[in-house]
Amino acid sequence: MNSNYIFQSSATNRGWLGMMIGSLLIIFYVLLYWFPASIQGLISLTDPISLIIKGKVADQWFFYGFIYTIAILGMGIRMIRKYRHNNYQKIRTISVMFFQTCFAFLIPELLARLNLPYQDFKNIFPLDYAFFFDYNIEKKIAAGTIGYFMLAWGVFLFVIGVPVMTYFFGKRWYCSWVCGCGGLAETVGDPFRQLSDKSLKAWKIERYSIYGILSFSLIMTVGVFYTFFTKESKLFGIIDTNFIRYIYGFLIGSVFAGVVGTGFYPLMGNRVWCRFGCPLAAYLGIVQRYKSRYRISVNAGQCISCGNCSTFCEMGIDVRAYAQKGQDIVRASCVGCGICAEVCPRGVLNLENISTK
Amino acid sequence: MKHIVIVGNGIAGITAARHIRKLSDYKITVISSESKYFFSRTALMYIYMGQMKYEHTKPYENWFWEKNRIELKYDKVESINIERKNLQLTKELLEYDQLILATGSNYNTLPNINPDIKGVQGLYHLQDLEKLEENTKNIKKAVVVGGGLIGVELAEMLISRNIEVTFLIREDAFWGNVLPIEEANIVTQHLAKMGVKVLINTELKEVHSSVNQRVVSILTSKDEKKDCEFVGLTIGVSPNIDLVKNTSIESQKGILVNEYLKTSEPDIYAIGDCVEHRNPPSGRKAIEQIWYSGKLMGETVAKSICGSLTKYEPDIFYNSAKFFEIEYQVYGKIAQILVANERTFYWGNAENNQCIRINYDAESNSVIGIHALGIRLRQATCEKWIRDKNTIQHVLVHFEDANFNPEFSKPFINAMLEKYNLEYPEKPILIKKNKSITNFISKIFN
Repeated sequence: MNSNYIFQSSATNRGWLGMMIGSLLIIFYVLLYWFPASIQGLISLTDPISLIIKGKVADQWFFYGFIYTIAILGMGIRMIRKYRHNNYQKIRTISVMFFQTCFAFLIPELLARLNLPYQDFKNIFPLDYAFFFDYNIEKKIAAGTIGYFMLAWGVFLFVIGVPVMTYFFGKRWYCSWVCGCGGLAETVGDPFRQLSDKSLKAWKIERYSIYGILSFSLIMTVGVFYTFFTKESKLFGIIDTNFIRYIYGFLIGSVFAGVVGTGFYPLMGNRVWCRFGCPLAAYLGIVQRYKSRYRISVNAGQCISCGNCSTFCEMGIDVRAYAQKGQDIVRASCVGCGICAEVCPRGVLNLENISTK
Repeated sequence: MKHIVIVGNGIAGITAARHIRKLSDYKITVISSESKYFFSRTALMYIYMGQMKYEHTKPYENWFWEKNRIELKYDKVESINIERKNLQLTKELLEYDQLILATGSNYNTLPNINPDIKGVQGLYHLQDLEKLEENTKNIKKAVVVGGGLIGVELAEMLISRNIEVTFLIREDAFWGNVLPIEEANIVTQHLAKMGVKVLINTELKEVHSSVNQRVVSILTSKDEKKDCEFVGLTIGVSPNIDLVKNTSIESQKGILVNEYLKTSEPDIYAIGDCVEHRNPPSGRKAIEQIWYSGKLMGETVAKSICGSLTKYEPDIFYNSAKFFEIEYQVYGKIAQILVANERTFYWGNAENNQCIRINYDAESNSVIGIHALGIRLRQATCEKWIRDKNTIQHVLVHFEDANFNPEFSKPFINAMLEKYNLEYPEKPILIKKNKSITNFISKIFN
């Protein structure tokens, strides 16, 4: 792998270029989410494509989906070239490119064209925090069989899919092979992976923050269900469930996942959202930590403590701390991108699904 | 409370400090004049190539030392007073109850080369890296002398900055005094492919400098003149024994220690690169400058100091390196030239810079050593085979157990077995045609 001079480049070492890229991304997200009218000119540029796929002119979400997909495809090709000698990297990159193009972009837009409810079949609650919102459930019920299937599929993924797949393969099956946020992080974000904070303090903050948001998302959903079934908008007569829902959508769904999640790539690395925020990553992580065959195995003696693994871990795991002790790495946050093993100069690390003793 | 003083904060000294802390409540002081905090010397090349920053090379965060009550002194030890059990630092006197010398190495220089010429240097200390930055700023041509592990790293570093590198190798091929010729050739050819101008059977004869004492050219042992602005000396390292030279602590090339890592003086131990073993452990050299040996000596001395006297007993030999893109691993013993009662099985794939070599005993067929280029092996499995004296047939049949390549890597084992069966048709090994999805996908991508 060639990451030479990555720390001398202004874009990838928090230099002025990096700060500029970050600022532009943040401005872009703010305009896209809250002032789409101001970028109507840009949005309209994608009208011809929208007309072909959707049969309608582009709205802000079509525009966003389109450039998101193009970004993953373009930077995915870069990723494949960069790691061309490593099949794991190539296959996994093709996988995220495929899921983004088909599942996140084309299928939902085609569903819209057929007047069916919007559904990204690979998005899973609670990352897909609106999955159980009343209007989504009602739309699906109204759509009949296919709507019921969508509901069942979403519940199946959350209840069975996640634990079973994570047991066999670790959370990587989702985070670095399927997920859209992960897809962007692994392609567009790859040049920034070395900027994640590896300190123990960051790990402590991470645990509070990610499990805090998981709890928030679950409480919010309980509130949503409560209101859905009782038609009572105030939980215990005080807390307005619609208000919690709104706050979650604004703070977590938009500000954290979008503005911070992507805008902070050049500042805090490419997995800020996945590491500190994503409630689905938290859920996958719990399964991975306590009940999974997946681990990073270690050739303990060969480790020379050089620190390449830790430096290039996008999740901020201090991989070296485990490797030099000869301890297999079983961490809730590991998304199994495989770059630690790739950059190791001594063949110390290997991602494996081991059948438990 | 007993005061343990450790001179040197490299991997050996730091491992000793950490393990003494695990095992005891003694007061621990670590002194270094190289850097305040422990950093990984092996990563210096990555700093130069901009893949890492200095802070990334520190395996422990700065708070770690205070939390574990290991006092760090960024100071130089001027002398040891063995009778009074104290050390003279630049400005203070430090008393010890037990002393551990872990002073590391210095890079070798050549007697026929004037060391004051600017632009001539080796690479070992952090300060050498700073000097290297200065010496190679905006230069076009460099010469690296000495075809060993640091030489190839230095060549890679310079090439990464588009500096033309001429690599003088004394032997027939790279690392020719260690690697069998097939492996050495693979690496040597790879070096050429990476843009290194390799000159084999060549040594450095003279270094010419300009009026301002800056290197301008060299003369090789074949009387060839090469213009250059930098000369890298990578002809090995030697134990740093400066501190003990004028003391009663016995030394030859290194500080002499017994099997408990004790020097000739009571309460003074030596560990790591600076050590020369009076009775080297079996299969090991008297001076063995390897990262993990330093680590192991640190662990061993910690046990001895904390009450359970322990011999330094390294297990089966192993090592690894990386030559530009080619990774190298060795387990057990692979002699450069085959020993009389040994046999070798070699499989190579020149196109992918891959090879496996298995040396085994001619009579018992038990495996003695395994070499791999461009293939990652599982350390525990290889060591177990060698320890258990498994036969080469056993090893080949179970080779998949040692495959540590990343998932979806191109399979190589069947090609290797086919070569074995061709060479030894009397006892063929059954080749399982693997139809797993993994292989199927790997095939698509290769």
